[in-house]
Amino acid sequence: MLSRVADSLYWMSRYLERAENTVRQLDVTMGLMLDTSGTSAETRWSRLMASLGKHTGMEWNGDLEAMARTLVFDSISPASVTFCINGARENARQVREEISSEQWQRLNRLFHQMHSQQAQAQFRSSINETLTSALDGIHLFKGVSDTTMIHGQGWQFIRLGRYLERSYATATLLEVYSPDLFQVQEQDHSGYQYLELVGLLRCCTSFEAYCQVYTADMSPDRILEFLLLNRDFPHAIRYCVDGIRDAIESIQRSGGRRPPDELTSGIGRLHAMLGYTTIGEILAGDTGVFLHTIREQCMRIHELIYRYYVHYSIQSALAI
Amino acid sequence: MNAGPKEDLTVEVGSLFGDYPLDLAFDEMREPGGDVRQHYRALAETLVRLPEEELQKRKQSADLSFLTQGITFTVYGRDEGTERIFPYDLLPRLITAQEWDRIERGLTQRITALNLFLRDVYSDAKILSDRVIPRELVYSCKHYRRQMRGLQVPRNVYIAVVGSDLLRLNTGEYVVLEDNLRVPSGVSYMLTNRRVMKRTFPQLFHSYGVRPIEHYSQLLLATLRSLAPEGRPEPNIVLLTPGVFNSAYFEHTYLARQMGIDLVEGRDLVTHDNIVYMRTTDGLKRVDVIYRRVDDDFSDPLIFRADSSLGCSGLFNAYRAGNVTVTNAFGTGLADDKAVYAYVPDMISYYLKEDPILPNVKTFLLSEDKQRQHVLANLDKLVVKAVGESGGYGMLIGPQSTARQREEFARQIEANPRNYIAQPTLDFSRAPCLIGNHLEPRHVDLRPYILFGEKVNIVPGGLTRVALEKGSLVVNSSQGGGSKDTWVLEQ
Repeated sequence: MLSRVADSLYWMSRYLERAENTVRQLDVTMGLMLDTSGTSAETRWSRLMASLGKHTGMEWNGDLEAMARTLVFDSISPASVTFCINGARENARQVREEISSEQWQRLNRLFHQMHSQQAQAQFRSSINETLTSALDGIHLFKGVSDTTMIHGQGWQFIRLGRYLERSYATATLLEVYSPDLFQVQEQDHSGYQYLELVGLLRCCTSFEAYCQVYTADMSPDRILEFLLLNRDFPHAIRYCVDGIRDAIESIQRSGGRRPPDELTSGIGRLHAMLGYTTIGEILAGDTGVFLHTIREQCMRIHELIYRYYVHYSIQSALAI
Repeated sequence: MNAGPKEDLTVEVGSLFGDYPLDLAFDEMREPGGDVRQHYRALAETLVRLPEEELQKRKQSADLSFLTQGITFTVYGRDEGTERIFPYDLLPRLITAQEWDRIERGLTQRITALNLFLRDVYSDAKILSDRVIPRELVYSCKHYRRQMRGLQVPRNVYIAVVGSDLLRLNTGEYVVLEDNLRVPSGVSYMLTNRRVMKRTFPQLFHSYGVRPIEHYSQLLLATLRSLAPEGRPEPNIVLLTPGVFNSAYFEHTYLARQMGIDLVEGRDLVTHDNIVYMRTTDGLKRVDVIYRRVDDDFSDPLIFRADSSLGCSGLFNAYRAGNVTVTNAFGTGLADDKAVYAYVPDMISYYLKEDPILPNVKTFLLSEDKQRQHVLANLDKLVVKAVGESGGYGMLIGPQSTARQREEFARQIEANPRNYIAQPTLDFSRAPCLIGNHLEPRHVDLRPYILFGEKVNIVPGGLTRVALEKGSLVVNSSQGGGSKDTWVLEQ
């Protein structure tokens, strides 16, 4: 597969994952703002921005609808949903011949939908519906990607993008939320704490899955355990890292070129961090540092993939 | 077809046309008296029978189908909505088997002669020594590439992919307006038009017995494969595109996907020891055949324009060494120069000893004093074109021009006569189009696509381009033109 094409598929996938994450977190945050808890709208908004990895740029100005509109539709701002969908489509457009027509049509329809007058009108009447229909569009795209595309290298690069983006985003989210989780736990019996915890789970669409594993008994350490270490739930970081490892192995199998030791050991280290640690050990240490290390590892893996598969030097390639 | 008496049909179909004008131009659908031509009757009946809302509904669903498929072209200079769907007309243009037979033979003859001309000019140049074509005309052409002199191209095929533009005069006769021998585009619109039309008028399509065109991509792939360098039995074939900002990018992706080959950009290619490679996730992979959709000028900065980053450095040397086939060959623009065009009938008789089956349009060469005087005196009646331009640019349409435009062109012609030719303003044929909710005639041309590998192959049909603006003679998509599906009938 052409390196440029692999790169585009990877980024198409990352952008869509990012759009999905933004939509979901915005939806959850706006839901939490409806309840009169002790947490102010401003705090919630800045926490939302922090967990999206945007610490600056969109300061709270009191007008939730306008700010939400910017976060959804402002195609100039890199944080916005539309920006991500544009990015995904632009990448897809550059590899039109690699993806299936169904994939392209889904993504193109989503793009036109986000840019339509109806979307603006719908947003005025119900923000929630707009967000839901955006999510639907993304889910449909993922569905047709899995069912209409050859599960070859291209598809593996799509998975790689999806899982890397997701592990990074989940680690960021947990890093932002984790200090608060344990602070308020003791004295709270009003139900707000419960709402907060459910909110965190909902940000990762994991409320129902969590209940299946742990029942509706919410506790911060279990939530952390679930989102970090569960091996069966697609939004848990452990699961994503397994996915990354599997995708790299498949790419190597189909192409026959062995990934460099740096890359395999980087993934292996991340895998070991999540596979051979208990939540007790993590909480005994510095959770923040642990989460931060995961993010750093993700970035490192991204760089290595880029350096090895996309932007390698001609000399090294000719030497083989 | 209709079994009832003819009067009934005329009355029935008559309501379709309203104040549809008929004048001197050839109308594809109607005879000069107003009757519907035999082969258009089934279409006319279908239109009469369809309720208006139904027709509009089909139009909308076809529109939507184009948009979601991303069948668009890029409009430059605006950041939002830079993509538009390629305008098209819902009614097919019909060509009878008999008409098509003549077109096919004519084009085969013409392309064979043009290819022989290119081979001759880039080797012994006999046609120049024999003074059939003036030497200075060839050497002053800006698309002449001296680097191609004495270079052996695979199978001696210079022009593997051609699109020639045909017009139909008021006598009903087809003539060749120009040949596109560099990177002709539009074939993807031909193919997607057909797909949409089959869904829009399935019954009608079936009852007409239309010859298929869907195998074009397969033929193109076979053509490219037949041109692979020797000793490469499983050639790696790629399509080289200038990239996503090119107006024909949709077509490049479409063709690559249909053929199952990689779509590469210049930055994906590297050359080493006169071998072209592409960068893949598995390392470098050798490239054997390049279907090039990048102009000569931008193909190799070491040989052609040094400021271009669209091509690949070293490509031409690899080509010269015979390690990679690039098609169309470099320097083929020489033979579609609009002044060289005037000599194509002479080429046909010189190389093939045959009479041209498809005539040329009368062309005045402005480098000849007598012809230039005539043209300058009659600028308001003629069409003047720059020889090396395409896409409807650099053109003066006399009857529709202002005195100031004519003065401007006269000045440019005096300054550089070799750069222009003139032709009579042609009243070429018109076909009915669905404008709003009624039929109106619009000017159309026809661009069949010709493939030349082991032999000449033409899929029956081509792209019918329509000047969608009323009275307009310009069919280019960059200037408000659209397209129609073209049905070549079995009978």
